[in-house]
Amino acid sequence: MTVSATAPLKHAGSLFSFALDTARASVRRPFQLREFLQQAWFVASVTIIPTALVAIPFGAVIALQVGGLIKQFGAQAFTGSAAVLAVVREASPIATALLIAGAGGSAICADLGSRKIREELDAMMVLGIDPIQRLVVPRVLATMLVAFFLNGFVSVVGVMGGYVFNVVLQDGTPGSYIASFTALAHLPDLWQGQAKALVFGFIAAVVASYKGVNAGGGPKGVGDAVNQSVVITFMLLFVANFSMTAIYFQLVPPKGA
Amino acid sequence: MGVEVRVEGLTKSFGNQLIWGDVSLTLPAGEICVMLGPSGTGKSVFLKTLIGLLKPDKGHIYIEGTDIATCSERELYEIRRLFGVLFQDGAMFGSMNLYDNVAFPLREHTKKSESEIRSIVMEKMEMVGLVGAEKKLPGEISGGMRKRAGLARALVLDPEILLVDEPDSGLDPVRTSFLNQVMIDLNEAFGATFLIVTHDVNTARTVPDNIGMLYHRHLAMFGPREMLLSSEEPVIRQFLNAQMIGPIGMSEEKDADELAAEAGQELPPLPPIPIQQLPSSGMLRATQRPPGEWCRENGITPPPGSFADTRAGAT
Repeated sequence: MTVSATAPLKHAGSLFSFALDTARASVRRPFQLREFLQQAWFVASVTIIPTALVAIPFGAVIALQVGGLIKQFGAQAFTGSAAVLAVVREASPIATALLIAGAGGSAICADLGSRKIREELDAMMVLGIDPIQRLVVPRVLATMLVAFFLNGFVSVVGVMGGYVFNVVLQDGTPGSYIASFTALAHLPDLWQGQAKALVFGFIAAVVASYKGVNAGGGPKGVGDAVNQSVVITFMLLFVANFSMTAIYFQLVPPKGA
Repeated sequence: MGVEVRVEGLTKSFGNQLIWGDVSLTLPAGEICVMLGPSGTGKSVFLKTLIGLLKPDKGHIYIEGTDIATCSERELYEIRRLFGVLFQDGAMFGSMNLYDNVAFPLREHTKKSESEIRSIVMEKMEMVGLVGAEKKLPGEISGGMRKRAGLARALVLDPEILLVDEPDSGLDPVRTSFLNQVMIDLNEAFGATFLIVTHDVNTARTVPDNIGMLYHRHLAMFGPREMLLSSEEPVIRQFLNAQMIGPIGMSEEKDADELAAEAGQELPPLPPIPIQQLPSSGMLRATQRPPGEWCRENGITPPPGSFADTRAGAT
């Protein structure tokens, strides 16, 4: 293989066209309900516990940081509000995305990759079945669904973790922590967090599937594909996160501004 | 009845490395063909090109008037339903047991009831001798069983063309003969067109109606079995008789020095042409020609001892 300057562009292009193929195949009948439910259950089962374990310290760290900072400003009454804002807007979708990509995406990539090198995907195409419709679409939709709910879950656990640490460790006032929730945060914050989770789930699953079905060169190729899929997903996630945040601030002005 | 596959000027390369160029041949409807070639000559690539898993750089593959090399994705999925393919390791779906594997194409493509599916699946399982193993997972069975299961799955939609990738790799000679017998019987029963890709000389000598050979990035020869088995062409002769003397070397072709060293050596005489393996019924298949017919028609004297019935116990 000769390495040329346009190789990265070619990969980006084929990843993009793979995403389009997946989107197009997702509306084609028959929908693979069974595979979808199995995958949703599978992705949920590998991500829920690690996510919960990450969400608690995540919420706590934010509470500690924000709490300390706000004390210096002398605005303790807004501690709860600031923590909620940070968790719901940014921390929760990112934590969800990292876990979905790291636990769910890598499993999807390894699964599809090993099917690819065992010629299962070729066999499927020869049997007249499109692997994108049969295998990739259910996985992508399942990952998006799980990311959506997982984000809600992380938000709740994160806010609770923040509450506990603020009240117990920083001697915050329970009442004012809860009462200030809506001082800065408003409902669109939650919606944009959920929208982010959906987009991140889509990116993680599409990249993992793309790397999986294009794995080559035996068992080592599958390992490489998993590795690359996680790295690429993380890079894309942070870019997408930045863009979505920027757009959100343009579309929905912060409360009181 | 089987379907004819017409290949014209097919060329395939990966990057700037040519795999094979300008391959033209016709797989006659309902006949068994074998594609031979030393390791690494792109036999499997040829097979994957025939079903459209790989796009050729040039050339055409006509099946029932459709050109696979240029047709749309949708047409390709339609045409592929005519095919059954047995991959090298069977390519069974690892997450399903053998029964579900064999039933998979039926469940995806037909609206048959579970009881109809069951009777079809069990019929195919019986054909390949796997009754009793339906509940096993592909990881739990031997390579030979996986191949036979793959064959059952390839047969389940009653294909018109069956492509078989190295049925003999990793199998002992006895199992290979049994598998060959199964394929011959299937051809007799359904009349599907067969293409078997292999480098097993014994299979090539006894099973097919036609033999093709890929060598040195081109199709060296394609024609009736007796034509190749009586051929004096050095490459064909060396390969079909598994000899060391000839143009094929260890890595690819021999270089000039090696060839010069062999110049004076005389090739061993052609061995007798064996009798073609018959279906279990003992009758000639519809497309099978009586032994020696091609040689007589073309005025070629087959090597002495050809077409003798060498089966043990034959009188």
